[in-house]
Amino acid sequence: MTELCVTNLSVVRDGASLVSNASFQLQPGELIVALGPNGAGKTSLLRAALALERRSNGTATIDGHDTSQLSPMARAESIAYLPQIRPLAWPNLVRDVVALGRFSHGAALGRLQATDRDAVEKALAACDLEHLADRRTDTLSGGEIARVHCARAFAAGAPLLVADEPVAALDPRHQFRIMELIADYVAGGGGALVVLHDISLAARYASRILWMKEGRIVADGSPADTLTAGRLESVYGVRARVSGLSVEIDGAA
Amino acid sequence: MTTRALLLPALAAACLVAIVAACLIGSTPLPADRVLAALVGGADAGDRLVVWQIRLPRAIAAFLVGASLGISGAALQGLLRNPLAEPGVLGVSASASLAATFSLYYGLTAISPWALPVAAITGALAATALIALAAIRTQSVVTLILIGVGLSSFAGAAMSLLMNLAPNPFSLSDMINWMLGSVANRSFTEIGLTAPFFFAGGAILLATRRGLSALTLGEEAASGVGLNLRHQRIFTVLGAGLATGASVALGGAIGFVGIVAPHIVRPFVGYDPARSLMPSALLAGLILVVADIFVRVLPTTNELKLGVVAALIGAPAFAWIAMQRRAVHD
Repeated sequence: MTELCVTNLSVVRDGASLVSNASFQLQPGELIVALGPNGAGKTSLLRAALALERRSNGTATIDGHDTSQLSPMARAESIAYLPQIRPLAWPNLVRDVVALGRFSHGAALGRLQATDRDAVEKALAACDLEHLADRRTDTLSGGEIARVHCARAFAAGAPLLVADEPVAALDPRHQFRIMELIADYVAGGGGALVVLHDISLAARYASRILWMKEGRIVADGSPADTLTAGRLESVYGVRARVSGLSVEIDGAA
Repeated sequence: MTTRALLLPALAAACLVAIVAACLIGSTPLPADRVLAALVGGADAGDRLVVWQIRLPRAIAAFLVGASLGISGAALQGLLRNPLAEPGVLGVSASASLAATFSLYYGLTAISPWALPVAAITGALAATALIALAAIRTQSVVTLILIGVGLSSFAGAAMSLLMNLAPNPFSLSDMINWMLGSVANRSFTEIGLTAPFFFAGGAILLATRRGLSALTLGEEAASGVGLNLRHQRIFTVLGAGLATGASVALGGAIGFVGIVAPHIVRPFVGYDPARSLMPSALLAGLILVVADIFVRVLPTTNELKLGVVAALIGAPAFAWIAMQRRAVHD
Protein backbone atom coordinates (compact mmCIF):
# COMPACT_ATOMS: atom_id res chain seq x y z
CA MET A 1 0.00 0.00 0.00
CA THR A 2 1.45 3.33 -1.08
CA GLU A 3 1.48 5.97 1.63
CA LEU A 4 2.63 9.58 1.58
CA CYS A 5 4.11 10.42 4.96
CA VAL A 6 4.98 14.05 5.66
CA THR A 7 6.88 14.77 8.88
CA ASN A 8 7.80 18.13 10.43
CA LEU A 9 7.93 19.79 7.05
CA SER A 10 8.90 23.45 6.91
CA VAL A 11 9.34 25.83 3.99
CA VAL A 12 11.09 29.17 4.31
CA ARG A 13 11.37 31.41 1.28
CA ASP A 14 13.18 34.76 1.29
CA GLY A 15 13.10 34.78 5.07
CA ALA A 16 9.33 34.26 5.22
CA SER A 17 8.07 31.09 6.84
CA LEU A 18 5.47 29.60 4.49
CA VAL A 19 5.02 26.22 6.16
CA SER A 20 6.10 25.32 9.69
CA ASN A 21 6.39 21.85 11.11
CA ALA A 22 3.58 20.29 9.14
CA SER A 23 2.96 16.56 9.51
CA PHE A 24 0.29 14.38 7.97
CA GLN A 25 -0.21 11.04 6.23
CA LEU A 26 -2.14 10.22 3.10
CA GLN A 27 -3.26 6.65 2.48
CA PRO A 28 -5.35 4.95 -0.18
CA GLY A 29 -9.06 5.12 0.62
CA GLU A 30 -8.77 8.59 2.13
CA LEU A 31 -9.95 11.88 0.69
CA ILE A 32 -8.16 14.59 2.62
CA VAL A 33 -9.18 18.19 2.00
CA ALA A 34 -6.79 20.98 2.93
CA LEU A 35 -8.66 24.10 4.01
CA GLY A 36 -7.32 27.48 4.99
CA PRO A 37 -7.35 31.11 3.95
CA ASN A 38 -5.26 32.47 1.08
CA GLY A 39 -1.59 32.42 2.01
CA ALA A 40 -2.04 29.71 4.65
CA GLY A 41 0.66 27.66 2.92
CA LYS A 42 -1.51 24.95 1.35
CA THR A 43 0.14 25.06 -2.06
CA SER A 44 3.64 25.33 -0.56
CA LEU A 45 2.90 22.31 1.62
CA LEU A 46 1.83 20.22 -1.38
CA ARG A 47 4.75 21.34 -3.51
CA ALA A 48 7.30 20.76 -0.77
CA ALA A 49 5.79 17.32 -0.05
CA LEU A 50 6.27 16.46 -3.75
CA ALA A 51 9.81 17.92 -3.68
CA LEU A 52 8.85 20.56 -6.25
CA GLU A 53 9.81 23.21 -3.72
CA ARG A 54 12.83 23.30 -1.42
CA ARG A 55 12.19 22.37 2.17
CA SER A 56 14.06 23.99 4.98
CA ASN A 57 13.26 21.10 7.26
CA GLY A 58 11.37 17.84 7.50
CA THR A 59 10.79 14.81 5.30
CA ALA A 60 8.17 13.56 2.90
CA THR A 61 8.34 9.89 2.01
CA ILE A 62 6.50 7.53 -0.28
CA ASP A 63 6.84 3.97 1.01
CA GLY A 64 9.96 4.98 2.89
CA HIS A 65 11.68 6.77 -0.02
CA ASP A 66 12.04 10.51 0.36
CA THR A 67 10.34 12.31 -2.53
CA SER A 68 13.39 14.53 -2.96
CA GLN A 69 15.51 11.44 -3.66
CA LEU A 70 13.07 9.95 -6.15
CA SER A 71 13.38 10.77 -9.85
CA PRO A 72 10.48 12.85 -11.19
CA MET A 73 9.34 9.77 -13.14
CA ALA A 74 9.35 7.47 -10.09
CA ARG A 75 7.52 10.08 -8.02
CA ALA A 76 4.92 10.56 -10.76
CA GLU A 77 4.25 6.81 -10.80
CA SER A 78 3.19 6.97 -7.14
CA ILE A 79 1.51 10.38 -7.01
CA ALA A 80 -0.45 12.13 -9.72
CA TYR A 81 -0.27 15.90 -9.27
CA LEU A 82 -2.84 18.40 -10.48
CA PRO A 83 -1.50 21.89 -9.96
CA GLN A 84 -3.74 24.95 -10.15
CA ILE A 85 -5.02 24.99 -13.69
CA ARG A 86 -3.02 27.05 -16.16
CA PRO A 87 -3.90 27.56 -19.81
CA LEU A 88 -2.43 24.91 -22.09
CA ALA A 89 0.37 26.14 -24.31
CA TRP A 90 -1.04 24.57 -27.49
CA PRO A 91 -4.55 23.66 -28.63
CA ASN A 92 -3.88 19.90 -28.47
CA LEU A 93 -6.54 17.25 -28.86
CA VAL A 94 -8.23 16.17 -25.61
CA ARG A 95 -7.05 12.59 -26.08
CA ASP A 96 -3.43 13.75 -26.39
CA VAL A 97 -3.59 15.88 -23.25
CA VAL A 98 -4.99 12.93 -21.30
CA ALA A 99 -2.23 10.75 -22.77
CA LEU A 100 0.36 13.12 -21.27
CA GLY A 101 -0.69 11.63 -17.93
CA ARG A 102 1.11 8.48 -19.12
CA PHE A 103 4.43 10.33 -19.42
CA SER A 104 5.95 8.55 -16.45
CA HIS A 105 5.16 5.23 -18.14
CA GLY A 106 7.26 6.31 -21.13
CA ALA A 107 4.33 7.15 -23.38
CA ALA A 108 5.10 9.28 -26.44
CA LEU A 109 2.18 10.99 -28.18
CA GLY A 110 1.24 9.33 -31.43
CA ARG A 111 3.08 6.13 -30.49
CA LEU A 112 1.13 4.90 -27.45
CA GLN A 113 1.51 1.32 -26.24
CA ALA A 114 -1.64 -0.75 -25.80
CA THR A 115 -1.56 -0.38 -21.99
CA ASP A 116 -1.23 3.39 -22.31
CA ARG A 117 -4.08 3.52 -24.80
CA ASP A 118 -6.29 1.49 -22.47
CA ALA A 119 -5.53 3.76 -19.52
CA VAL A 120 -6.31 6.84 -21.61
CA GLU A 121 -9.63 5.40 -22.84
CA LYS A 122 -10.62 4.41 -19.28
CA ALA A 123 -9.79 7.86 -17.94
CA LEU A 124 -11.74 9.50 -20.79
CA ALA A 125 -14.73 7.31 -19.98
CA ALA A 126 -14.47 7.92 -16.22
CA CYS A 127 -14.53 11.68 -16.76
CA ASP A 128 -17.29 11.53 -19.37
CA LEU A 129 -15.04 12.90 -22.10
CA GLU A 130 -15.43 10.24 -24.78
CA HIS A 131 -17.53 12.49 -27.00
CA LEU A 132 -14.93 15.27 -26.68
CA ALA A 133 -11.85 13.07 -27.17
CA ASP A 134 -11.07 14.36 -30.66
CA ARG A 135 -11.83 18.00 -29.95
CA ARG A 136 -9.16 20.67 -29.59
CA THR A 137 -8.78 21.91 -26.01
CA ASP A 138 -9.20 25.55 -27.06
CA THR A 139 -12.80 24.76 -28.02
CA LEU A 140 -13.75 23.52 -24.53
CA SER A 141 -15.42 25.31 -21.63
CA GLY A 142 -13.72 25.78 -18.25
CA GLY A 143 -15.64 22.87 -16.74
CA GLU A 144 -14.67 20.57 -19.60
CA ILE A 145 -11.01 21.62 -19.30
CA ALA A 146 -11.10 20.82 -15.58
CA ARG A 147 -12.39 17.34 -16.43
CA VAL A 148 -9.62 16.90 -19.02
CA HIS A 149 -7.05 17.65 -16.33
CA CYS A 150 -8.70 15.16 -13.96
CA ALA A 151 -8.67 12.52 -16.69
CA ARG A 152 -5.00 13.30 -17.32
CA ALA A 153 -4.25 12.70 -13.62
CA PHE A 154 -6.33 9.49 -13.48
CA ALA A 155 -4.70 8.14 -16.65
CA ALA A 156 -1.41 7.96 -14.78
CA GLY A 157 -2.87 5.09 -12.74
CA ALA A 158 -1.02 6.34 -9.66
CA PRO A 159 -2.24 5.17 -6.25
CA LEU A 160 -2.24 8.71 -4.84
CA LEU A 161 -3.52 12.05 -6.16
CA VAL A 162 -2.66 15.56 -5.03
CA ALA A 163 -4.91 18.27 -6.48
CA ASP A 164 -4.53 22.00 -5.90
CA GLU A 165 -7.89 23.78 -6.20
CA PRO A 166 -9.28 21.50 -8.92
CA VAL A 167 -12.68 23.23 -8.74
CA ALA A 168 -11.48 26.83 -8.75
CA ALA A 169 -13.58 29.06 -11.03
CA LEU A 170 -16.12 26.31 -11.78
CA ASP A 171 -19.90 26.61 -11.47
CA PRO A 172 -21.55 24.59 -8.65
CA ARG A 173 -22.59 21.75 -10.93
CA HIS A 174 -19.07 21.31 -12.25
CA GLN A 175 -17.63 21.59 -8.74
CA PHE A 176 -19.78 18.61 -7.77
CA ARG A 177 -18.87 16.69 -10.91
CA ILE A 178 -15.15 17.10 -10.27
CA MET A 179 -15.50 16.16 -6.60
CA GLU A 180 -17.59 13.11 -7.59
CA LEU A 181 -14.79 12.03 -9.95
CA ILE A 182 -12.24 12.34 -7.17
CA ALA A 183 -14.57 10.54 -4.73
CA ASP A 184 -14.95 7.70 -7.27
CA TYR A 185 -11.17 7.53 -7.59
CA VAL A 186 -10.90 7.18 -3.80
CA ALA A 187 -13.71 4.60 -3.70
CA GLY A 188 -11.73 2.67 -6.31
CA GLY A 189 -8.76 2.41 -3.94
CA GLY A 190 -6.93 5.69 -4.51
CA GLY A 191 -5.94 8.27 -1.93
CA ALA A 192 -6.45 11.96 -2.60
CA LEU A 193 -5.31 15.22 -1.04
CA VAL A 194 -7.32 18.13 -2.40
CA VAL A 195 -7.06 21.85 -1.70
CA LEU A 196 -10.47 23.53 -1.65
CA HIS A 197 -11.89 26.92 -0.75
CA ASP A 198 -15.48 25.76 -0.42
CA ILE A 199 -16.15 24.63 3.15
CA SER A 200 -19.47 22.95 2.36
CA LEU A 201 -17.88 20.97 -0.45
CA ALA A 202 -15.08 19.93 1.91
CA ALA A 203 -17.58 18.89 4.60
CA ARG A 204 -19.48 16.83 2.09
CA TYR A 205 -16.60 14.92 0.50
CA ALA A 206 -13.67 14.88 2.93
CA SER A 207 -12.87 11.89 5.06
CA ARG A 208 -10.42 14.19 6.85
CA ILE A 209 -9.82 17.92 6.82
CA LEU A 210 -6.39 19.50 7.26
CA TRP A 211 -7.03 22.97 8.65
CA MET A 212 -4.18 25.32 7.84
CA LYS A 213 -3.44 28.78 9.15
CA GLU A 214 -0.27 30.82 8.79
CA GLY A 215 1.76 27.84 7.59
CA ARG A 216 0.70 25.48 10.35
CA ILE A 217 -1.71 22.57 10.38
CA VAL A 218 -3.94 23.64 13.25
CA ALA A 219 -6.30 20.67 13.13
CA ASP A 220 -6.50 17.33 11.32
CA GLY A 221 -9.60 15.18 11.63
CA SER A 222 -12.97 14.18 10.24
CA PRO A 223 -15.39 16.97 9.28
CA ALA A 224 -17.71 15.84 12.08
CA ASP A 225 -14.95 16.30 14.66
CA THR A 226 -13.20 19.42 13.39
CA LEU A 227 -15.81 21.52 11.61
CA THR A 228 -17.04 23.96 14.28
CA ALA A 229 -18.02 27.61 14.37
CA GLY A 230 -15.05 28.28 16.59
CA ARG A 231 -12.66 26.69 14.06
CA LEU A 232 -14.07 28.74 11.19
CA GLU A 233 -13.62 31.90 13.22
CA SER A 234 -10.05 31.11 14.26
CA VAL A 235 -8.92 29.83 10.82
CA TYR A 236 -10.86 32.06 8.41
CA GLY A 237 -11.90 34.95 10.63
CA VAL A 238 -15.60 34.56 9.80
CA ARG A 239 -18.75 34.30 11.90
CA ALA A 240 -20.54 31.09 11.00
CA ARG A 241 -23.25 28.75 12.15
CA VAL A 242 -22.54 25.05 11.86
CA SER A 243 -25.10 22.33 12.27
CA GLY A 244 -23.85 18.86 11.48
CA LEU A 245 -22.06 19.21 8.14
CA SER A 246 -23.98 22.24 6.92
CA VAL A 247 -22.33 25.60 7.21
CA GLU A 248 -23.86 29.06 7.11
CA ILE A 249 -21.37 31.93 6.97
CA ASP A 250 -22.79 35.21 8.27
CA GLY A 251 -19.86 37.55 7.66
CA ALA A 252 -16.38 38.57 8.69
CA ALA A 253 -15.71 38.18 12.39
CA MET B 1 -4.70 10.14 -39.23
CA THR B 2 -3.67 9.36 -42.80
CA THR B 3 -2.43 12.91 -43.41
CA ARG B 4 -0.26 12.52 -40.30
CA ALA B 5 1.17 9.23 -41.53
CA LEU B 6 1.87 10.68 -44.97
CA LEU B 7 3.36 13.95 -43.75
CA LEU B 8 6.95 12.77 -43.23
CA PRO B 9 7.31 10.62 -46.38
CA ALA B 10 5.71 13.39 -48.49
CA LEU B 11 8.04 16.04 -47.07
CA ALA B 12 11.09 13.81 -47.48
CA ALA B 13 10.17 13.11 -51.10
CA ALA B 14 9.62 16.83 -51.76
CA CYS B 15 13.04 17.62 -50.29
CA LEU B 16 14.68 15.04 -52.53
CA VAL B 17 12.90 16.40 -55.60
CA ALA B 18 13.88 19.97 -54.68
CA ILE B 19 17.55 19.02 -54.23
CA VAL B 20 17.60 17.25 -57.62
CA ALA B 21 15.84 20.27 -59.16
CA ALA B 22 18.47 22.53 -57.61
CA CYS B 23 21.10 20.47 -59.46
CA LEU B 24 19.20 20.78 -62.75
CA ILE B 25 18.67 24.53 -62.62
CA GLY B 26 21.41 27.11 -62.81
CA SER B 27 23.10 29.91 -64.73
CA THR B 28 24.93 27.43 -66.99
CA PRO B 29 22.28 25.61 -69.00
CA LEU B 30 22.81 21.89 -68.53
CA PRO B 31 20.34 19.33 -69.91
CA ALA B 32 18.70 17.01 -67.40
CA ASP B 33 20.24 13.82 -68.78
CA ARG B 34 23.75 15.24 -68.41
CA VAL B 35 23.06 16.40 -64.84
CA LEU B 36 21.65 13.01 -63.88
CA ALA B 37 24.62 11.27 -65.49
CA ALA B 38 26.97 13.58 -63.60
CA LEU B 39 25.14 12.85 -60.34
CA VAL B 40 25.80 9.13 -60.66
CA GLY B 41 29.41 9.70 -61.70
CA GLY B 42 29.10 9.63 -65.49
CA ALA B 43 29.21 12.55 -67.97
CA ASP B 44 32.32 14.62 -68.66
CA ALA B 45 34.55 16.28 -66.09
CA GLY B 46 33.05 19.74 -66.67
CA ASP B 47 29.51 18.58 -65.95
CA ARG B 48 30.65 16.68 -62.88
CA LEU B 49 32.41 19.81 -61.65
CA VAL B 50 29.28 21.96 -62.02
CA VAL B 51 27.06 19.40 -60.31
CA TRP B 52 29.38 18.05 -57.60
CA GLN B 53 31.38 21.17 -56.79
CA ILE B 54 28.79 23.90 -57.22
CA ARG B 55 25.15 22.92 -57.38
CA LEU B 56 24.85 19.83 -55.15
CA PRO B 57 26.87 21.18 -52.20
CA ARG B 58 24.94 24.43 -52.40
CA ALA B 59 21.58 22.62 -52.36
CA ILE B 60 22.65 20.36 -49.50
CA ALA B 61 23.96 23.34 -47.55
CA ALA B 62 20.62 25.12 -48.03
CA PHE B 63 18.81 22.00 -46.86
CA LEU B 64 21.01 21.51 -43.78
CA VAL B 65 20.79 25.18 -42.78
CA GLY B 66 17.01 25.16 -43.17
CA ALA B 67 16.51 21.82 -41.44
CA SER B 68 18.56 22.80 -38.41
CA LEU B 69 16.76 26.14 -38.10
CA GLY B 70 13.41 24.37 -38.46
CA ILE B 71 14.14 21.76 -35.80
CA SER B 72 15.70 24.35 -33.44
CA GLY B 73 12.72 26.65 -33.89
CA ALA B 74 10.24 23.87 -33.22
CA ALA B 75 12.16 22.70 -30.14
CA LEU B 76 12.57 26.21 -28.69
CA GLN B 77 8.88 26.86 -29.28
CA GLY B 78 8.10 23.69 -27.35
CA LEU B 79 10.47 24.53 -24.51
CA LEU B 80 9.29 28.13 -24.16
CA ARG B 81 5.67 27.25 -25.04
CA ASN B 82 5.55 30.08 -27.50
CA PRO B 83 5.08 29.99 -31.29
CA LEU B 84 7.19 33.12 -31.75
CA ALA B 85 10.36 31.59 -30.30
CA GLU B 86 12.96 31.02 -33.00
CA PRO B 87 16.75 31.25 -33.20
CA GLY B 88 16.56 34.45 -35.27
CA VAL B 89 13.93 36.22 -33.17
CA LEU B 90 15.62 35.26 -29.89
CA GLY B 91 18.98 36.63 -31.00
CA VAL B 92 20.64 33.20 -31.18
CA SER B 93 21.50 33.48 -34.88
CA ALA B 94 22.79 37.04 -34.48
CA SER B 95 24.99 36.01 -31.55
CA ALA B 96 26.32 33.08 -33.55
CA SER B 97 27.13 35.32 -36.53
CA LEU B 98 28.80 37.80 -34.21
CA ALA B 99 31.03 35.06 -32.85
CA ALA B 100 31.72 33.80 -36.39
CA THR B 101 32.59 37.30 -37.58
CA PHE B 102 34.80 37.72 -34.55
CA SER B 103 36.78 34.63 -35.48
CA LEU B 104 37.12 35.96 -39.06
CA TYR B 105 38.17 39.40 -37.87
CA TYR B 106 40.92 38.10 -35.64
CA GLY B 107 42.07 35.60 -38.22
CA LEU B 108 41.30 32.59 -36.01
CA THR B 109 40.06 30.82 -39.12
CA ALA B 110 43.64 30.72 -40.40
CA ILE B 111 44.70 28.69 -37.36
CA SER B 112 42.18 25.89 -37.78
CA PRO B 113 39.27 25.22 -40.13
CA TRP B 114 37.25 24.29 -37.03
CA ALA B 115 37.60 27.79 -35.56
CA LEU B 116 34.64 29.25 -37.38
CA PRO B 117 32.08 26.52 -36.67
CA VAL B 118 33.22 26.28 -33.07
CA ALA B 119 32.97 30.07 -32.65
CA ALA B 120 29.49 30.18 -34.20
CA ILE B 121 28.32 27.32 -32.00
CA THR B 122 29.77 28.91 -28.87
CA GLY B 123 27.93 32.13 -29.69
CA ALA B 124 24.69 30.23 -30.31
CA LEU B 125 25.00 28.20 -27.10
CA ALA B 126 25.70 31.29 -25.00
CA ALA B 127 22.68 33.11 -26.42
CA THR B 128 20.36 30.10 -26.07
CA ALA B 129 21.46 29.54 -22.48
CA LEU B 130 20.85 33.21 -21.70
CA ILE B 131 17.35 33.04 -23.16
CA ALA B 132 16.57 29.83 -21.28
CA LEU B 133 17.80 31.41 -18.03
CA ALA B 134 15.59 34.41 -18.66
CA ALA B 135 12.69 32.05 -19.37
CA ILE B 136 13.07 30.51 -15.91
CA ARG B 137 12.89 33.92 -14.28
CA THR B 138 10.04 35.37 -16.29
CA GLN B 139 6.81 33.70 -17.29
CA SER B 140 6.00 36.47 -19.73
CA VAL B 141 6.40 35.63 -23.39
CA VAL B 142 6.59 39.31 -24.26
CA THR B 143 9.53 39.87 -21.92
CA LEU B 144 11.32 36.93 -23.46
CA ILE B 145 10.88 38.19 -27.01
CA LEU B 146 12.06 41.62 -25.88
CA ILE B 147 15.18 40.07 -24.36
CA GLY B 148 15.75 38.36 -27.72
CA VAL B 149 15.29 41.66 -29.53
CA GLY B 150 17.78 43.27 -27.15
CA LEU B 151 20.25 40.44 -27.72
CA SER B 152 19.83 40.71 -31.50
CA SER B 153 20.35 44.47 -31.41
CA PHE B 154 23.43 44.12 -29.26
CA ALA B 155 24.92 41.48 -31.55
CA GLY B 156 24.04 43.70 -34.53
CA ALA B 157 25.71 46.69 -32.92
CA ALA B 158 28.83 44.69 -32.13
CA MET B 159 28.87 43.50 -35.76
CA SER B 160 28.65 47.09 -36.94
CA LEU B 161 31.53 47.95 -34.67
CA LEU B 162 33.63 45.16 -36.18
CA MET B 163 32.70 46.33 -39.67
CA ASN B 164 33.52 49.88 -38.69
CA LEU B 165 36.96 48.70 -37.66
CA ALA B 166 37.40 46.32 -40.59
CA PRO B 167 40.98 46.61 -41.86
CA ASN B 168 40.16 46.22 -45.57
CA PRO B 169 37.24 45.89 -47.98
CA PHE B 170 37.78 42.13 -48.27
CA SER B 171 37.10 41.41 -44.63
CA LEU B 172 34.20 43.87 -44.81
CA SER B 173 32.57 41.91 -47.62
CA ASP B 174 33.24 38.66 -45.73
CA MET B 175 31.40 40.02 -42.73
CA ILE B 176 28.48 41.29 -44.79
CA ASN B 177 28.13 37.78 -46.19
CA TRP B 178 27.70 36.44 -42.66
CA MET B 179 25.19 39.06 -41.74
CA LEU B 180 23.03 38.63 -44.81
CA GLY B 181 23.17 34.86 -44.93
CA SER B 182 23.95 32.85 -48.04
CA VAL B 183 24.83 29.32 -49.09
CA ALA B 184 26.58 30.38 -52.32
CA ASN B 185 29.97 28.76 -53.01
CA ARG B 186 29.72 26.23 -50.20
CA SER B 187 31.81 23.11 -50.64
CA PHE B 188 31.58 19.63 -49.22
CA THR B 189 34.58 20.51 -47.04
CA GLU B 190 32.60 23.20 -45.24
CA ILE B 191 29.58 20.91 -45.02
CA GLY B 192 31.82 18.22 -43.54
CA LEU B 193 33.18 20.63 -40.93
CA THR B 194 29.71 21.55 -39.71
CA ALA B 195 27.99 18.18 -40.22
CA PRO B 196 28.97 16.68 -36.84
CA PHE B 197 27.34 19.63 -35.07
CA PHE B 198 24.20 19.44 -37.20
CA PHE B 199 23.76 15.80 -36.40
CA ALA B 200 24.68 16.05 -32.72
CA GLY B 201 22.25 18.94 -32.23
CA GLY B 202 19.46 17.24 -34.15
CA ALA B 203 20.01 13.93 -32.35
CA ILE B 204 19.86 15.61 -28.92
CA LEU B 205 16.65 17.43 -29.83
CA LEU B 206 15.02 14.29 -31.22
CA ALA B 207 16.08 12.13 -28.29
CA THR B 208 14.57 14.52 -25.75
CA ARG B 209 11.50 15.61 -27.70
CA ARG B 210 9.02 13.67 -25.52
CA GLY B 211 9.50 16.18 -22.71
CA LEU B 212 8.38 18.97 -25.01
CA SER B 213 4.95 17.34 -25.22
CA ALA B 214 4.73 17.29 -21.43
CA LEU B 215 5.59 20.99 -21.29
CA THR B 216 2.30 21.70 -23.06
CA LEU B 217 0.77 21.37 -19.57
CA GLY B 218 3.02 24.11 -18.17
CA GLU B 219 6.20 23.58 -16.18
CA GLU B 220 4.49 22.78 -12.89
CA ALA B 221 2.22 20.10 -14.28
CA ALA B 222 4.99 18.81 -16.56
CA SER B 223 7.19 18.06 -13.55
CA GLY B 224 4.08 16.57 -11.96
CA VAL B 225 3.76 13.99 -14.76
CA GLY B 226 7.43 13.08 -14.33
CA LEU B 227 9.45 15.48 -16.48
CA ASN B 228 12.90 16.44 -15.22
CA LEU B 229 12.67 20.14 -16.07
CA ARG B 230 16.33 20.93 -15.53
CA HIS B 231 17.49 18.16 -17.86
CA GLN B 232 14.92 19.12 -20.47
CA ARG B 233 16.09 22.75 -20.46
CA ILE B 234 19.75 21.78 -20.67
CA PHE B 235 19.26 19.32 -23.52
CA THR B 236 16.98 21.53 -25.59
CA VAL B 237 19.31 24.52 -25.18
CA LEU B 238 22.31 22.34 -26.06
CA GLY B 239 20.63 20.76 -29.09
CA ALA B 240 19.22 24.02 -30.44
CA GLY B 241 22.50 25.83 -29.79
CA LEU B 242 24.54 23.19 -31.63
CA ALA B 243 22.17 23.02 -34.59
CA THR B 244 21.74 26.79 -34.91
CA GLY B 245 25.46 27.42 -34.48
CA ALA B 246 26.22 24.90 -37.21
CA SER B 247 23.68 26.50 -39.53
CA VAL B 248 25.18 29.96 -38.97
CA ALA B 249 28.68 28.58 -39.52
CA LEU B 250 27.54 27.18 -42.87
CA GLY B 251 25.13 29.83 -44.10
CA GLY B 252 25.29 32.90 -41.90
CA ALA B 253 22.24 34.37 -40.20
CA ILE B 254 19.04 33.33 -41.95
CA GLY B 255 15.96 34.35 -40.03
CA PHE B 256 12.31 33.39 -39.73
CA VAL B 257 12.49 29.92 -41.37
CA GLY B 258 12.44 28.44 -37.89
CA ILE B 259 9.21 30.22 -37.14
CA VAL B 260 7.34 29.69 -40.38
CA ALA B 261 7.97 25.96 -40.83
CA PRO B 262 6.75 24.81 -37.37
CA HIS B 263 3.75 27.11 -37.70
CA ILE B 264 2.69 25.40 -40.93
CA VAL B 265 3.43 21.92 -39.56
CA ARG B 266 1.66 22.22 -36.20
CA PRO B 267 -1.97 21.64 -37.28
CA PHE B 268 -0.88 18.44 -39.07
CA VAL B 269 0.66 16.93 -35.92
CA GLY B 270 -2.13 17.75 -33.46
CA TYR B 271 -0.18 20.77 -32.13
CA ASP B 272 2.22 18.42 -30.36
CA PRO B 273 5.69 20.04 -30.10
CA ALA B 274 7.45 16.66 -30.05
CA ARG B 275 5.84 15.45 -33.26
CA SER B 276 6.50 18.80 -34.95
CA LEU B 277 10.31 18.48 -34.85
CA MET B 278 10.97 16.16 -37.82
CA PRO B 279 8.36 17.65 -40.19
CA SER B 280 9.52 21.19 -39.26
CA ALA B 281 13.12 20.25 -40.06
CA LEU B 282 12.16 18.80 -43.46
CA LEU B 283 9.81 21.65 -44.36
CA ALA B 284 12.32 24.35 -43.37
CA GLY B 285 15.00 22.54 -45.39
CA LEU B 286 12.63 22.36 -48.35
CA ILE B 287 11.79 26.06 -48.06
CA LEU B 288 15.44 27.09 -48.16
CA VAL B 289 16.35 24.76 -51.04
CA VAL B 290 13.46 26.18 -53.08
CA ALA B 291 14.22 29.77 -52.02
CA ASP B 292 17.84 29.28 -53.02
CA ILE B 293 16.79 28.05 -56.47
CA PHE B 294 14.81 31.30 -56.88
CA VAL B 295 17.74 33.37 -55.69
CA ARG B 296 19.89 31.74 -58.36
CA VAL B 297 17.49 32.05 -61.29
CA LEU B 298 16.23 35.59 -60.56
CA PRO B 299 17.81 37.81 -63.21
CA THR B 300 19.23 40.39 -60.80
CA THR B 301 22.62 42.00 -61.41
CA ASN B 302 23.88 41.02 -57.97
CA GLU B 303 22.69 37.64 -56.76
CA LEU B 304 20.23 38.12 -53.89
CA LYS B 305 21.35 36.77 -50.53
CA LEU B 306 19.26 33.85 -49.27
CA GLY B 307 18.94 35.43 -45.82
CA VAL B 308 17.57 38.63 -47.32
CA VAL B 309 14.90 36.75 -49.24
CA ALA B 310 14.04 34.63 -46.19
CA ALA B 311 13.60 37.76 -44.09
CA LEU B 312 11.53 39.50 -46.76
CA ILE B 313 9.08 36.61 -46.73
CA GLY B 314 9.50 35.58 -43.07
CA ALA B 315 9.17 38.91 -41.28
CA PRO B 316 5.62 39.58 -42.50
CA ALA B 317 4.77 35.97 -41.62
CA PHE B 318 6.14 36.58 -38.11
CA ALA B 319 3.96 39.67 -37.72
CA TRP B 320 0.95 37.72 -38.97
CA ILE B 321 1.51 34.84 -36.52
CA ALA B 322 1.95 37.34 -33.69
CA MET B 323 -1.36 38.98 -34.56
CA GLN B 324 -3.13 35.61 -34.57
CA ARG B 325 -2.16 34.96 -30.97
CA ARG B 326 -4.83 35.45 -28.38
CA ALA B 327 -3.99 37.66 -25.44
CA VAL B 328 -4.99 34.83 -23.04
CA HIS B 329 -1.65 33.12 -23.38
CA ASP B 330 0.32 35.97 -21.91
